[in-house]
Amino acid sequence: MDASILSSILFATIVAGTPLIIVALGQLIAEKSGVLNLGAEGMMAMGAIAGFAITLHTGSPWLGVLAGMAAGALMAFLFAIVVLTLMGNQVASGLALSILGVGLSAFIGKPYESEILPTVGAIRIPLLADIPIIGAPLFNQQALVYLSWVLFGAIVWFLYRSRPGLVLRAVGESPSSAHSIGYPVIRIRYLATIFGGAMAGVGGAFLSVFYTPLWVEGMVSGRGWIAIALVVFATWRPFRVMVGAYLFGGVMVAQLFVQGSDLGFNIPSQFLSALPYLATIIVLVIISRDQNTVRLNAPVSLGQPYRPEA
Amino acid sequence: MALTKIVIKKLAFVTLVCAMTGVSMAADNVGFVYVSPIGDAGWTYQHDLGRLQLERETDVTTSYVENVAEGSDAERVIREMAKRGDKVVFATSFGYMNYTLKVSKKFRDTAFVHVTGYKLGKNMGLVNARFYEGRYLTGVIAGEMTKSNILGYVAAFPIPEVLRGINAFIKGARSVNPEAELRVIWVNSWYDPGKERQAAITLISQGADMVTQHTDSTAVVQAAEDEGVYAFGYHSDMSKYGPRAHLTATTHHWGDYYVKTIKEVQAGNWAPVSIWGGYPRKMIKLAPLNDAIPEELQNRIRNMEEQLAARELHPFAGPVIDQSGATIVPAGKNMSDEQLNKMNYYLQGVVSTIPN
Repeated sequence: MDASILSSILFATIVAGTPLIIVALGQLIAEKSGVLNLGAEGMMAMGAIAGFAITLHTGSPWLGVLAGMAAGALMAFLFAIVVLTLMGNQVASGLALSILGVGLSAFIGKPYESEILPTVGAIRIPLLADIPIIGAPLFNQQALVYLSWVLFGAIVWFLYRSRPGLVLRAVGESPSSAHSIGYPVIRIRYLATIFGGAMAGVGGAFLSVFYTPLWVEGMVSGRGWIAIALVVFATWRPFRVMVGAYLFGGVMVAQLFVQGSDLGFNIPSQFLSALPYLATIIVLVIISRDQNTVRLNAPVSLGQPYRPEA
Repeated sequence: MALTKIVIKKLAFVTLVCAMTGVSMAADNVGFVYVSPIGDAGWTYQHDLGRLQLERETDVTTSYVENVAEGSDAERVIREMAKRGDKVVFATSFGYMNYTLKVSKKFRDTAFVHVTGYKLGKNMGLVNARFYEGRYLTGVIAGEMTKSNILGYVAAFPIPEVLRGINAFIKGARSVNPEAELRVIWVNSWYDPGKERQAAITLISQGADMVTQHTDSTAVVQAAEDEGVYAFGYHSDMSKYGPRAHLTATTHHWGDYYVKTIKEVQAGNWAPVSIWGGYPRKMIKLAPLNDAIPEELQNRIRNMEEQLAARELHPFAGPVIDQSGATIVPAGKNMSDEQLNKMNYYLQGVVSTIPN
């Protein structure tokens, strides 16, 4: 295979994996606190329309990303009120949030369907971007790609190296113990859920402002669900989330390359389309097959409501 | 996710007029069922243009329901329209076929028209457009203008409708440039802008300098604009999504047919027939040609449009040779409609392998 093709596959892989990483890492934080929010698809859709609309009106993609973040956070806040304060069922409320977000974004987005945004240019890191093959994919990318790496580093540090991260994990493991030693379980869960929503919003804004600069109803096309699945299959570990997201993006892009090439593989395209899902699940299941690791990393109280005793 | 909306226009006004004049008249209402949101370009948008033309040119009122899934939801919507007394119901997506047929048996006084299907009923007609005629012309432009001789096509699902478009495109291209080859990427979705864009960029990185799509978004045209190659739109004029890249588009026009059908129904001489119209019925047109197309070629395309309208040019005129080299239609003959309807192969010039 020619080096430039390899380079463009890598480039596309990283771009395709980025929204998944951002959304999945946000979900991971929320789930680590014990809150299962299945509304990622809806929060992404709201982030996408908010990001698109604000970028269109202000001309600034960064304000757009902030708006997406705010929209996602707001959706997550609504969800948190329902499940944390009103003790609603998390699974059902999350599904409802997903439907609400997708529908509401379509409604708000009606007047924006005909609009288009200018493409946001890549940020080139001098010298490094000139490295053959990996230079362009790694160092000549959209700003949000770099930010996803920063986010990854920050989350790893936060979860495993900082005290607040330890508290967050404790809340997810055993909210009653965390409560009994004086931590505000509900407030922490609120913050974690809202963070998850904010990241879903950023992921959505990445789609509508950077990836395909347009708004159309349903443009998230299931990426929110993939992000949720990634967190589970990655057994709640940030590094595996990242591996899974790039693997998914990579197989998706590679199968497109295979189809477009004249290599003459006779593989049904339906199978090729399913391949990213299969490959990601298989790999993540294999690397996570050790039951102890799963038990160590899965938040025990995930999805269970908790009402602190007075 | 379906923010289903029913819009009934004019009805209130008509009721008011009737009440004031004391005349017991009610304008006929016509119902439209759409598979996706109307949006600003695409399949449903073109049908809605037809609906608006119907409102302008006849005295009927219209109403529509958009974003109706191709399942039992469709049956409910169609039944509802028939029940409230709509004179004609247009069901504008392939997957509505069986539901339309089922409802049509219960409401014999209503005329039903199903778009793109193949089942006729006692009071259910069919309509489809020969999209491939436009595809052939865009293929000719692509074949003339490509520098790399590699063309790219982002496609949704390998059904005859889509394969006809692909084959017409490469046949058009090869009619002027025997070196041209076509690469096809299936995204297995009618609608996923992210994936469509990715597929287009993949084709472009593999050397394609002319891309087109048979999916529902404008992502491919936008990708071409960003990557500095040319693109052809589909369904609607997509030039505003890529003013430089968009050479032209195969566009659909249903309005004249809708008007004609309504007039026939009102006159009582409508019959449930199957209509497959193209250039002769003005159901297919090209969007305005981009100035990047050389004038000589523009003239030639205009000329071919006239030939298509006069049925002098058939995109699948023999010899039609498939990918394996077998002759499907010998020289001197045209492909029959039956063969067109059953197309399940690639023609010579497509280098990808057909999914099966």
